[in-house]
Amino acid sequence: MKSEIRFSGLGGQGIITAAVILGRAAALYGGKHVVQTQSYGPEARGGASASAVIISDDPIYYPKVTDPDVYAIMSQEAYNKYGSHVKNDAVMLLDPGYVTSRPACRFFEVPATAEAKSQLGKTVFANVIMLGGILEATGIVSYDALEHAVLDSVPKGTEENNKRALAIGQELVRSQL
Amino acid sequence: MTDKTDFLNGNVACAEGALAAGCRFFAGYPITPSTEVAERMALRLPKVGGVFIQMEDELASAAAIIGGSWAGARTMTATSGPGFSLMMENIGYATFTETPIVIVNVQRGGPSTGQPTMAAQGDMLQCRYGSHGDYSVIALSPSSVQEMYDLTVKAFNLADRFRTPVFLMTDETIGHMREKITLHSNVEIIPRRELKEGELPCAPDENGVPGFGTFGMGHNVHITGLTHNEKGYPATDSAEIHEKLVRRQVRKIEDFRNEIADVDIVNPDAELVFISYGAPTRTVRQLLNDNPDTYGHLNLRIVWPFPDESLLAFKNAKAFIIPEMNLGQIAKEVRQHTNIPIVVVPKLGGALHTPAELLKAVEVAKTVKKPVTEVRL
Repeated sequence: MKSEIRFSGLGGQGIITAAVILGRAAALYGGKHVVQTQSYGPEARGGASASAVIISDDPIYYPKVTDPDVYAIMSQEAYNKYGSHVKNDAVMLLDPGYVTSRPACRFFEVPATAEAKSQLGKTVFANVIMLGGILEATGIVSYDALEHAVLDSVPKGTEENNKRALAIGQELVRSQL
Repeated sequence: MTDKTDFLNGNVACAEGALAAGCRFFAGYPITPSTEVAERMALRLPKVGGVFIQMEDELASAAAIIGGSWAGARTMTATSGPGFSLMMENIGYATFTETPIVIVNVQRGGPSTGQPTMAAQGDMLQCRYGSHGDYSVIALSPSSVQEMYDLTVKAFNLADRFRTPVFLMTDETIGHMREKITLHSNVEIIPRRELKEGELPCAPDENGVPGFGTFGMGHNVHITGLTHNEKGYPATDSAEIHEKLVRRQVRKIEDFRNEIADVDIVNPDAELVFISYGAPTRTVRQLLNDNPDTYGHLNLRIVWPFPDESLLAFKNAKAFIIPEMNLGQIAKEVRQHTNIPIVVVPKLGGALHTPAELLKAVEVAKTVKKPVTEVRL
């Protein structure tokens, strides 16, 4: 069993952090083989940002993502780049505050940025809300593994808000299942 | 203490390997895509009693780690192609003064400032021949995050054992990808041999390596980049002393080629055999995994000195297929050691060879007759 997950959006949305957290969850707390990569260019806040995770039961040799099974899309520009050649059985989570298009594959609208602002007071939790959504939509890692990895990775004092962010993301997807 | 697992990128793993190996002095000038090595060392060295210095440039970085080494520390710097070019003068000095240092080159697209954020393997021949005069080098090439850690440890041991600069020739792909890694609580340390009382500071032992007269330990040592006698004093007009010194320094590495060699040999009975190092090894392994028992593979963890005897393991080889992220630099070296046809698979621009591209090279290799054939992807 092998899954490829593509995260894409804008620099500053926590796109790469989200991929690293998911990778960490699967590698350290899920017993899986994982490779995380990211597009790497002269980029800054507001520019395009993309990251990818491969999660597999078997060793991963070729480290680059070729045909993702799961997408988390947080900008229209990112959708334009990846949305048109999504395979039919993929699943996409998109933030409708940024993305107006909708893909041919199964998708969930996860208004992560708006919910982070309204429920947690800060948009910085949007990426963890997305992770909660991915968890609910795919079950690609266990809740415990993901929570462990989130708590490893976030600043002290933000643990409770990050756990709430995971729950918000889960609920947003659950309501569309 | 027990081993720890973590999920790190290759550059951070390299820094952790250096710390585990006892590196306590890092001097560097940050450059993409190597910067995370310096960042991690800056964060971690002060906590373990070490010193991190951000230098004014790469000439000074190389000079500082040479000085740090003579003061008795295991020392390292990290850079990419443009900085590596600037280090060449002091690399020659370190070689001729037999100074153990570790230099990490996270390769990016060149020449010149080229493609700062893109992976490449274009500095492999510069690493071997970039400084002036005749000399030999030791260079390692990791293909995973774990190997970034393990081979950095190994680089320090080789540097001290052979008293020579050792190069970790990695690339942006391996430097920036994250994988699970085991950080060992204990790693094997092979210390440099201290100069004994009564021993001349530049007189070789049975391995061709002199004892190391660490500064401040009471030895009378004189270090010079000029041709020197066994006392370490300049002796620039003696042809005999010069030739003896250069040949001894080359032999201390070349005579131990087989001891230094670190390779994986897979399916030695195969007719079509891949040779790779660094990131392209990942694609070759994918192909071997998808087509079991079809192709041979020679993976080089140590590229220099080139482990030519390992080519002989492939007794049925009809072609060697060599994917590199350059125009065929190590392929040229392979050519020197074999008459078996070579299929060069260069890839420039920053992207790793895909499995499909290697299959294209396989089709070419099946009917190849000429000594060297280049596949245009």
